[in-house]
Amino acid sequence: MKKNARALTAQIAETDAIRFLVGTQSLKYDNQIHIIDFDDENNIINKNVLLHEAGEIWHISASPVDKSVFTTCYNKNYLLTLVSFFLASDSKVVTCAAVWRMPKELESGSHESPDDSSSNPQTLELLCHLDNTAHGNMACVLWEPMSDGKKLISLADNYLLLWDLKESTTKAVISSSTTLEGKGQLKFTSGRWSPHHNCTQIATANDTAIRGWDIRSMSQIYCIENAHGQLVRDLDFNPNKQYYLASCGDDCKVKFWDIRNINEPVKSLEEHSHWVWSVRYNHSHDQLVLTGSSDSRIILSNMVSISSEPFGHIVDEDELSDQEDNHQDEKIKEPLQDSIIATYEEHEDSVYAVEWSSADPWLFASLSYDGRLVINRVPRALKYRILL
Amino acid sequence: MATLGSTDAVGADPIPKRRVHGMLKLYYGLNEEGKPEEKGDPLDPCDIDGAHFEPEVYLNKLRKECTLAELMDQETNMVKHIRSLDSDMQTLVYENYNKFISATDTIRKMKNDFKKMEDEMDCLAANMTAITEFSARISSTLQDQHQQITKLSGVHMLLRKLQFLFELPARLNKCIELEAYVQAVSYYGKARSVLHQYQHMPSFQGIQNDCQSIMAQLAQRLREKFQDGGSSAKDLSECVELLLKLDEPAEELCDKFLSHAKSRLEEDLAGLEADLGVSNVALGTSSDILEFIDRGCNDFVGNLCLLIASYQDLFVNRLQDGALASKNIPQMANAKLLAFVNNLVDRYFSLVECRIQAEKGVGDNSLLVRALDRFHRRLQALSKLLPGSNVPSKGTEIVVRAARERIRQYLAALQSFYMDSLTDVRQSLAAQRLSGKDSANLAELLSTLSASILNQIKSVLAYVHLFTAKDINFSNKPYFKGEFCSQGVREGLIVGFIKYICQSSRQFCESSGDKGGSTPPALLLLLSRLCLDYETSTISYILTLTDEQFLGQDQTPVTPVTALCSEAREAAQKLLNHYVKVQGLIISQMLRKSVETRDWINTIEPRNVRAVMKRVVEDTTSIDVQVGLLFEEGVRKAHSSDSSKRTFSVYSSSRQQARYAPSYTPSAPMDTNLLSNIQKLFSERIDIFSPVEFNKVSVLTGIIKISLKTFLECVRLRTFGRYGLQQIQVDCYYLQLYLWRFVSDENLVHFLLDEIVGSSAHRCLDPSPMEQSVIEVICERG
Repeated sequence: MKKNARALTAQIAETDAIRFLVGTQSLKYDNQIHIIDFDDENNIINKNVLLHEAGEIWHISASPVDKSVFTTCYNKNYLLTLVSFFLASDSKVVTCAAVWRMPKELESGSHESPDDSSSNPQTLELLCHLDNTAHGNMACVLWEPMSDGKKLISLADNYLLLWDLKESTTKAVISSSTTLEGKGQLKFTSGRWSPHHNCTQIATANDTAIRGWDIRSMSQIYCIENAHGQLVRDLDFNPNKQYYLASCGDDCKVKFWDIRNINEPVKSLEEHSHWVWSVRYNHSHDQLVLTGSSDSRIILSNMVSISSEPFGHIVDEDELSDQEDNHQDEKIKEPLQDSIIATYEEHEDSVYAVEWSSADPWLFASLSYDGRLVINRVPRALKYRILL
Repeated sequence: MATLGSTDAVGADPIPKRRVHGMLKLYYGLNEEGKPEEKGDPLDPCDIDGAHFEPEVYLNKLRKECTLAELMDQETNMVKHIRSLDSDMQTLVYENYNKFISATDTIRKMKNDFKKMEDEMDCLAANMTAITEFSARISSTLQDQHQQITKLSGVHMLLRKLQFLFELPARLNKCIELEAYVQAVSYYGKARSVLHQYQHMPSFQGIQNDCQSIMAQLAQRLREKFQDGGSSAKDLSECVELLLKLDEPAEELCDKFLSHAKSRLEEDLAGLEADLGVSNVALGTSSDILEFIDRGCNDFVGNLCLLIASYQDLFVNRLQDGALASKNIPQMANAKLLAFVNNLVDRYFSLVECRIQAEKGVGDNSLLVRALDRFHRRLQALSKLLPGSNVPSKGTEIVVRAARERIRQYLAALQSFYMDSLTDVRQSLAAQRLSGKDSANLAELLSTLSASILNQIKSVLAYVHLFTAKDINFSNKPYFKGEFCSQGVREGLIVGFIKYICQSSRQFCESSGDKGGSTPPALLLLLSRLCLDYETSTISYILTLTDEQFLGQDQTPVTPVTALCSEAREAAQKLLNHYVKVQGLIISQMLRKSVETRDWINTIEPRNVRAVMKRVVEDTTSIDVQVGLLFEEGVRKAHSSDSSKRTFSVYSSSRQQARYAPSYTPSAPMDTNLLSNIQKLFSERIDIFSPVEFNKVSVLTGIIKISLKTFLECVRLRTFGRYGLQQIQVDCYYLQLYLWRFVSDENLVHFLLDEIVGSSAHRCLDPSPMEQSVIEVICERG
């Protein structure tokens, strides 16, 4: 990509192909959604480009059910902003959010030639607009992870909004909302929907605190004050252990919390040399934790001690069948220690987003500000070690 | 004869006199030996004195040889000789005659005497025979009477004994009345066997019964006295002695004796306990530990010693000689005593330990040491009395424990002292900030801090040293020689303290990160320098000092100096890193607020450098001063100020022009990326929060890196209008002007600032940059 980009997500509903969505961020040109397909066998990256005319994309997130549907948080188009700038003297750049649908032919992971698609980018179909005029800038939009894709959470300034998508996702209605109150201007920076407890909890970050919410009552259930020394940038729930939460922030640290005991972190890593912008648990092997930082590094850590994996690993049958296991010889392996598995330094600019592939648990993508997307694999040796 | 000679030879020489003797002697055939003949040959016929004298020859010779005159002389001479010889002869004869006469007289006298004596002897013999006769007659007459008298005296003795026996009950009663128990028992002892022997006779049996009942009474009394609490130890031992003589069972007596002694010893213990209780309640007014131990020693241990001595005297030593020795009573008694002593001493020890534990004050150690010493000494005396008991080993254990506890307390005291002095430093830092002269005398603070810590360590070492002083009795126990020195003092106290310093420093880094910098950065800096000093010199100094004072003979491995040094260095590094982080954070927070709160789209045209930037430069300068007080300058890449300034201006403006070019000509976006990518290829990757070195430049480089990176990230999150971009340009140029001098590599600053301006240009709706000259003017004016 030749444009600056911040937004990256895996196409969660897609389980066969390794596919990522990237949203570009540019003030002056038309912004695009790039659909990145990675062909695992041939190591080829395919790219399809969709035009996103509404404006620069700050956040993107894909529907867990319908693989063609995703949401973006975007700043209004440059031209539109200019117009409003001249029309109204007090105009501001406002971040909006909307639900989009990809054109049909791209849904199933198109096999068109990449140069064709890039020369003739297709337009997205706007499904609905999340009206946020009353609530301010959208920071991010989150899909309810396990259900039918009808519920969304959006974080806008200090509002936490729960949307119901109705009439085949063409209309969004705020079903409930809550506000964060406190001194000064409080703003949500990011949030995460917990996959546990029947999807009734979400965690949000604002400034240095992490808060947990129950969306049934829309009330705060816990709050980790001063979770990080500075701004908390991102959160992720452990997919297998319901009380475990990872967070990262501007103090270069990645912290792991047990939300039942919020006084101190279970573990704290300080490997990055600048702000950590993104943290992600691997979906099936929760000892693998990926972090991206503005020191342009990605670090893959192996947090065995706080993962759901027992030390005396029980072999998961499904995983075995997925991978052809040619390592039948019994190796006596020493228990894995908490350690950094690998540090990736391919990026030359700050890495704002990292994401595991939804289809292949050993693959992940990272996106840096200069628009470079890098797809990496978990080292083979470690992979077999975890599996066997 | 001599008188005669002298009268005869008046006027003659002594030689002729002798010659007279000689001649006489010759005459009688007594030749003088050893005196050779003066006159030549004795056979000379001419020698007038010789035996072979021949008058004819002599006369002839004279007539032939001598003149007439000579002949005349010869003749007179001869006559003279003859005369003297004659007189000599006469005297001799006279003398001999005299002697003969007197001898004859004596013999006649003796004859008379002997005759008289013979008569007397005859008379004596007659008398003697008469005497013999008489005496034989007398003895024969007295024979009968003598036998009678012997018989009578034997009867008399028997009668007296019988009388004693009959009188015995009365006597015993009297003795008891007079409380002369000893007497009574001795009487009874005398009579007992006799009574026992003749008990078949009714009268004697009566007496025996009487006596036994009286003695039972006596024993009862003795027992009562024995059980009476008020009686003294001496009385007691007397009682026991008597009772033993009365064949009381020894075991029972042992028990009673011990139980009695126990009650008294327990009084002592109770006294001590009360003292302890008082001291626990009101620590200030209570007796100090020396007094306590003294009291314990004098009362309890003294009594105990006395008890043991008398007990052993009574039960063990005495019985060993007696008949009861075969019944294993000494062993039994000893076992009982041991159990008893152990029991009591355990209680005493627990009291002492309580007291020692109550001794928390750190100040004066000598009192405690002296008390312990006394305690130990007394126990040794005890152990001499009672060789088999484990009392001394337990006592030593207590002493050792107390010493260990002491070390632990000193460590705690050192730690609290350290924290206190840190608080002091913190306060004085705060005071300085209030009074406006920020960080004016950091170096002074550092030196006072380290000096006071060192002094404290030294004084503590001195206190602890008391434990191993020569005059302290227990100091030559193996524990105090070996383990106490190396493990206790060196490892436990000194190494522990140094480790604590390092650890607390590390805690400063970790804890304050969460609380948002509760530690003042200057303190971090100060501690970092302190740790560094420790690494370079202080640790090895302290350890050498300790090793000198405590020459432990222990072979257990000790923490090497290098390990401590590296730990200190690590701590120093961490502190400095944290300092950089905190300071960087303060500045970056400022920058972030300034970027986030401003509406960059609708801002006005820049007229000035923003105040925030000035503040940043000011803060950096003050940090520079602060760090400079404690750390060395450090190396920077050589450049002169003038040239760098000039080249930078040209370079940056040209680059910026190149970078902004695409915004005027949107048809060439490739150039931008190409340029920036090439530029990035050549510039090294920057580690923002990388460890810094121990010098000023490195520290400041770290801080500036952090600040500028924050600036960059913030700018990327915003959208700018035209004037917003221009304001950023102005700010960056201003920073360029002032920040380069602090860092080791100015290209780093340039690179980061370029990134900031470039990013803001990307995020700009209307990217029309300001003229370089205008920027310069604004900055110089600001």
